[in-house]
Order: sequence, then C-alpha cells, then structure tokens
Amino acid sequence: MVMENLNGINHGSGNKGESYVLLCRYAAQAFGDGYNPQVFSDGYGTQVVSGARDAQVVDDVYKAICLYTYCRAQRRSLPQWVTGAVMSKTGIVPKVATRLTAKDHWEHVMCRVSAFRLNYSVQPGLYAVGEAGDNSEVLVTANYKYSFDLLRQSLDGLSAWILVLDTGGINVWCAAGKGTFGTDELVRRIEEARLSELVTHRHVIVPQLGAPGVKGYAVQSATGFSVLFGPVYARDVVSYIKNGYQATRQMRTVNFTFIDRLILTPMEIIPAIKKYFIFSLFILVFFGLGPTGIIFNNAIHRGLPFLLLGAASIIAGALLSPILLPYVPFRSFAAKGWVVGLVVVHGCVHLISQLVHMDKFLLAASYVFFPMASSFFTLQFTGSTTFTGLSGVKKELKYAIIFYVVMSAITLVALIIYKVNIWRF
Amino acid sequence: MKYLSKVSTLKAFPENCAGCGKCLDVCPHSVLTMAARRISIHDIDRCMECGACTNNCAFEALKVKTGVGCASAIINGFLTNSAPSCDCGAAGSVGTCC
Repeated sequence: MVMENLNGINHGSGNKGESYVLLCRYAAQAFGDGYNPQVFSDGYGTQVVSGARDAQVVDDVYKAICLYTYCRAQRRSLPQWVTGAVMSKTGIVPKVATRLTAKDHWEHVMCRVSAFRLNYSVQPGLYAVGEAGDNSEVLVTANYKYSFDLLRQSLDGLSAWILVLDTGGINVWCAAGKGTFGTDELVRRIEEARLSELVTHRHVIVPQLGAPGVKGYAVQSATGFSVLFGPVYARDVVSYIKNGYQATRQMRTVNFTFIDRLILTPMEIIPAIKKYFIFSLFILVFFGLGPTGIIFNNAIHRGLPFLLLGAASIIAGALLSPILLPYVPFRSFAAKGWVVGLVVVHGCVHLISQLVHMDKFLLAASYVFFPMASSFFTLQFTGSTTFTGLSGVKKELKYAIIFYVVMSAITLVALIIYKVNIWRF
Repeated sequence: MKYLSKVSTLKAFPENCAGCGKCLDVCPHSVLTMAARRISIHDIDRCMECGACTNNCAFEALKVKTGVGCASAIINGFLTNSAPSCDCGAAGSVGTCC
C-alpha cells in the first residue's frame, strides 16, 4: 500500500533523492504554504531532513504524502480542516482539526442567515481525530458541515473515529426524521469503512437525535455493531464516554433556550421581509390610487402608517414572539403571535395617532390585519422549534387558516369603505 | 415548554413491553416512564411525535404517527397534495425550515 502510494507520485522522476524532494514539495502543497520542511540529499541516496526533529518531520512528510495521494485518489481537493492523515489497518484516513477557525465560525453565521447552509456539506466517510487506533470510539454524524464541526470541536484532545453519513448536507435530527440519517445508510457506511477491521470493539456512538432514523437493533443484527445512543449535544459526548456510556437526564433532553430561539429568528425574519416588499408595493398603490391615477404624495403620506405597522407585525411575529415564547400566554403559536402582535400594533397605533389622524376604517383594518400577520409569522416558527409535533400544528392550522381568511376579508372590506369615502368627498 | 394539550398520537402497549428501556434513552423530552419493566406515558403533552422511541422498540410496545411539526411544511403538503415535508436541502428549495 505504502509503496504503491510512493510510486504513484514517483513516476518518471529521476533518482531516489530527487523523488524525495519532490514528495516533500507535494506535502507542502497538500498542507499549504505554511508547511515547508527542508530536505536535502546527501548524495548517496539517503535523505537528511534539516533540524533536530528529523524523525518527526520525516513522519509528517510521509503522512502528508499519504494524504495527498488519498485526496488525489478521491478526486477532491484538501479541505482546510484536514490537518494530516492516520495510517489505519484499512488504509489512509484523513485527520481533522478539533479547533475551529475564524472561517468555520463565519460559515456558521452564514448558515443561520441565508441559503448558504443548503450547500454546506463534507464528503461522507471515515475521518480520524487525534491518533485514532483500533481501540478508539467511532462517532457517527451527518454530513452537514455545521454538525460535523460541532462534533470535531467537542473531541479536542481525544483520539476517535468519525463516521460521516450521507444525509445530503442536512443535520442529524432533520435527516433522521426523513430517514436519510437512517439504518440503511449507517449499515452501508459501517461496511464501506470496514469498521470490523478498523476497530477491535463492536459498538458505534450515534447521536440521540439520530434515533428517529436509526433502528439500533437492526444495525446490530446487520453489522454486529451495537448502537449506543449518545447525548443530544456533541459537547456532552466526551463526558458520556467517560461516564461509561451513561448520559444524564439533562444530556438526553433537548433544550430550547433564549439564545437558541434568538439564533433561529433570522430565518423567520428574512422570508418575512421578502413578503414585506410585495405588501409595501400593494400599500403604496392602494393609498396613492385616486380617480385620476396614482398620486405619489398620497402614496407616501397616507401609506406610511401601514408600512410602519407592517414592519411592526414582522418584529412582533418573527422576532418578539419566538424569543419571548415561554412567557407569552397560550400554547398555540397562532394565538401567541396574535397576542404579541396586538400589543405591538396597539403601541404603534397609539404613537402614530399622536402624529397623524387615522381614519376610523383604517384604524379598524389595522387592528384586524396586523395582529393576524404577526400570528401568521409566529405560526411559521413551529418549524424551528424543538417541541412541536405534526398533530398539534395540523390542529391549530385548521382554526388559524379560517381565522386568517375571515380577518383578511374584513380588512379588505374596511379598506374599500375607506377608499369609497375618500373618493366621495 | 409544552405544545397543545392531548394532541399527540403516541400510544403505549405495556403488555408488549420487554423492559429494555431503549425508548427512555432516545426520547428527547422525557415523555415516557418505566415501572416494573413496563412502559407507560408519563407526559403526553411533551411528545412531539418524532418517532425515536417507536423506531427503536423491537417489541411494538409504542406506536405513533410521525411527522414534522412545521406549519409551512404542512401547508406545502396540503397545496401539493402530498405528505407534509419541509424538503430541507431538496434541489431548488429556498427558505427551508431546518
């Protein structure tokens, strides 16, 4: 295997000494510019690597070459977070960093605010952490890079294997719900990675949230590897292992803290803002529309209160309701959003009416429409929570949709009456 | 935090239970409890119908109708006349839910 690798790179080059220098250049290439070991030929076919750490450098170079060859064979470039290679019984396994870089953190922020996360994945397969060997634990995760990053970060100082399943770049829990993080994929990856040759023990650690997709007993009967469901959060996995594969009740429970909720709001607010542009256009046309055409001045002046209230309903429904979730009365999300919306709209109407006169039909429309819009945005948040179920959301949708249709109709009538009144006088 | 009361489709069949406790390990909301090697539902209102317990029960001691608790997924499913799915990561999907 090793000779094969060396020969693969060595083709066509001259003497042994030269090829070694060439290999080191490949290594430098594989590791980036920061890695540049000095290698000299002593003229007799043996190599001298400069410095006192000879053995170490030679070893590093050797691993780099193996890794480079591995990447070439896999037809992919070397990711930044691969720092070396581990020679295992089953071949060369890329070794990953356990410290995240500024780039990783920046990418995580991007995942939270945009569609960036839809294409944020790592190559499925086997990876090594530290000096993983035949006694090391095997930890299973999804190939969403954010999930992978959280796992490798939590393994700092440990030697372990990471087995990455192909979930199409989706996190463990969502993928498990769909079955892509599932029994079949895990069985396939265990066989493909030749785990039975790689390690001497017979268990893999699967994150607890993979359980909706992975049937532990079925994996065991298919592969001989028992599935140990680890903690919910990667940060607890080391204590889980040290406790003899025992997770505390706390490690087994999914949280939904203030910060968790806050982090999820951008993905509610951004789609809402897209709807807001369409809404604004409609409002400007509606208020500008006169018997003689659209009057720009009217559009701005008369439309402004509604534009402000529209923005307020987004803040209420997509930001305030989610972060204040446990403190808002009612269990229904539609009701929570409506309550918060009503409070915010009332406050805004109070402020606006200090500055400008609001027609009584517009006032009615404001109180009917904007709390409803807030309710709708909060209802969307059910998809981001860690505790809402299908039956519950279905139930409240049934009532909410009727409510939304009726409220929209009332708004429309109020606006038409307002417009007719304006045009008449 | 709890969601709507008494809506979950989770059902326990303690007569089938072998007392292995796998379901207790995988439940993310401590819905279940075990007494005398028989499973029972401790707090149904915490159940989010994820299916972790039923998927890992080899004895059919638990049953649930699983699915995503996501309003837009259910609306999309209704509009396209298919099962509710958030289609996370599916080609061309934007603004997915997870």
